[in-house]
Amino acid sequence: MGQLLLHGWKLISRGFSSLTPHPLRVCIVGSGPAGFYTAEKMLKALDGAEVDILDRLPTPFGLVRSGVAPDHPETKLSHLPETWKQIVVNQFSRVAANERCSFFGNVNLGTTVSLSDLCKMYDAVVLAYGAESDRYLGVPGEDLGGIYSAREFVWWYNGHPDCSNVSPDLKNTDTAVVLGQGNVALDVARILLRPINELETTDIAEHALTSLRESTIRKVYLVGRRGPVQAACTAKELREILGIKDLHVCIQKADLLTSAADEEELKKGRIQRRVYELFSKAATSHQQHDIVGQRELHFMFFRKPDRFLPSESGNTVSGVRLEKTCLKENGASGKQVAVGTGQFEDLKCGLVLKSVGYKSVPVDGLPFDEYRGVVPNMKGRVLSLDQAEHAIVEKGLYVTGWLKRGPTGIIATNLYCAEETVASILEDFKNGLLTPSSGSPKPGRQGLLQVLENKNARFVPFSGWEKIDTKERMEGELRNKPRKKITTWEELLLAVDG
Amino acid sequence: MVLSRFSQLGARFLKESGIVTGKAQEESSEQKEKITVTFVDKDGEEKVIQVPMGMSMLEAAHENDIELEGACEGSLACSTCHVIVMDMEYYNKLEDPADEENDMLDLAFGLTETSRLGCQVIAKPELDGMRLALPAATRNFAVDGFVPKPH
Repeated sequence: MGQLLLHGWKLISRGFSSLTPHPLRVCIVGSGPAGFYTAEKMLKALDGAEVDILDRLPTPFGLVRSGVAPDHPETKLSHLPETWKQIVVNQFSRVAANERCSFFGNVNLGTTVSLSDLCKMYDAVVLAYGAESDRYLGVPGEDLGGIYSAREFVWWYNGHPDCSNVSPDLKNTDTAVVLGQGNVALDVARILLRPINELETTDIAEHALTSLRESTIRKVYLVGRRGPVQAACTAKELREILGIKDLHVCIQKADLLTSAADEEELKKGRIQRRVYELFSKAATSHQQHDIVGQRELHFMFFRKPDRFLPSESGNTVSGVRLEKTCLKENGASGKQVAVGTGQFEDLKCGLVLKSVGYKSVPVDGLPFDEYRGVVPNMKGRVLSLDQAEHAIVEKGLYVTGWLKRGPTGIIATNLYCAEETVASILEDFKNGLLTPSSGSPKPGRQGLLQVLENKNARFVPFSGWEKIDTKERMEGELRNKPRKKITTWEELLLAVDG
Repeated sequence: MVLSRFSQLGARFLKESGIVTGKAQEESSEQKEKITVTFVDKDGEEKVIQVPMGMSMLEAAHENDIELEGACEGSLACSTCHVIVMDMEYYNKLEDPADEENDMLDLAFGLTETSRLGCQVIAKPELDGMRLALPAATRNFAVDGFVPKPH
């Protein structure tokens, strides 16, 4: 439906643009995949549309820069000169280079500009700022030192300026426990277990490389509440971690036993089938005896965290108390849920990474579903509740990406998501819902520049990011890496000046 | 180059009536280096194109303005160029997908028994006449269970 609408709309909009006295002015908050795919489709669909992309960081690209693991292999196809990450970055850079598009880095929704400011200045505001917080486990000891969310750890090794000082202690222990078995959990486990020489030629942050070089961690446990049939990781990522050189992988054969309900799940799910097959193969083939000093990866199934145990000092974590679980069918959804059995065991460790899901952060004036951690919406149109608790559409306000769908999917998932939101915007535009009631056009980019000037706020244009990019790549070349990331706010802004 | 319905018929008429002879010879030798592929979009609209040997279906689609996404530009890092081979006979003529392709197909929307990634299907003589459908389903992105009351 969206495709047809866009197609027909492309024909109409050409005529429409010449009729309307002013172009459609769109502001997108967030410059990760959600933001950029939305900008790309918006610019393509409407000849006259003007799109401004804001980001609170001086650097664009969101999780493409700060989330994708640095050790992910180069493209397997030798005829392509670039990694797929660079392909995506190039694509987004082309969008930013469009004369109808402007990037505004170092602009924070909330402190630099408010949501109501933006709604006054733009015909349509699209929120694409993702999920920058974490789901909380809510178990005792969660605030002990040495316990981090996977997001913090990932931002730390990817050089995100908010996490450059996290300094996880990787020298106090030989064991790390990762709670969760999704792709992010696999990422962090892999970074902890990769031979250091394989990390040296990546764009991993320098401070992380130094820490990892001195790390004494040799064992990583990936702990899941349910079984291998329910593991959230996907085949590609599981295959990758199972293929690490000199890594002893431990999977209990007993955990591979399937119930009738498990068999049903496997029948219906291609992804689950292929993941389960990989687990089965790994359980049988990795049987050789431990080589002294060999690193170990343990997949623990049917365990949920009951509490975190403090060390003697009382400040840091020394272990996790796990409760054994079994699966019960949740009648309504048909899904199997993990239920505690009252049997406990303690797992000693000095580092815990919680990888149980990201969560979006609410913003003043924006409707928010606390339970799901997303903005309520219908095909990208933001919904709020009126006095009588009826859902109404917030005119001119849209949402895309993780903030809309929850923190799931791959980068390309945002492509379809953006298509849906853009289709909603175009439909509303066609129906006259985005024309300002006052009659005079909204100020758009000029309005934003005025607001920023009034506040003496210093924004970073795309050319500013290009200076950062050039500096990082030059420094990287000296060290046989694709780039050496600049990891503090001060240095990033300094590079923009230089 | 995409020919509209009319010019397709016109060209065929000219060829068959023998009026354009020298050109017909050129075209038939050209045809040996190209195969005919039909793309069918989710509304059932068909587009017949010529694909030179060795070109992927993704590239061919882009050269002919067919709306097939290729977010990772053929580097096996996404599933947006997902196509459905409409005839089992042609599907079986393709080499089995590698693990890497299967990993990406796992994530494709509307996956079928004869689904492949367009960037991995390369034109060869045996595929002449192949029909490829663009998937109809895109994921439903509505927030689970949230149904706004009509106002």
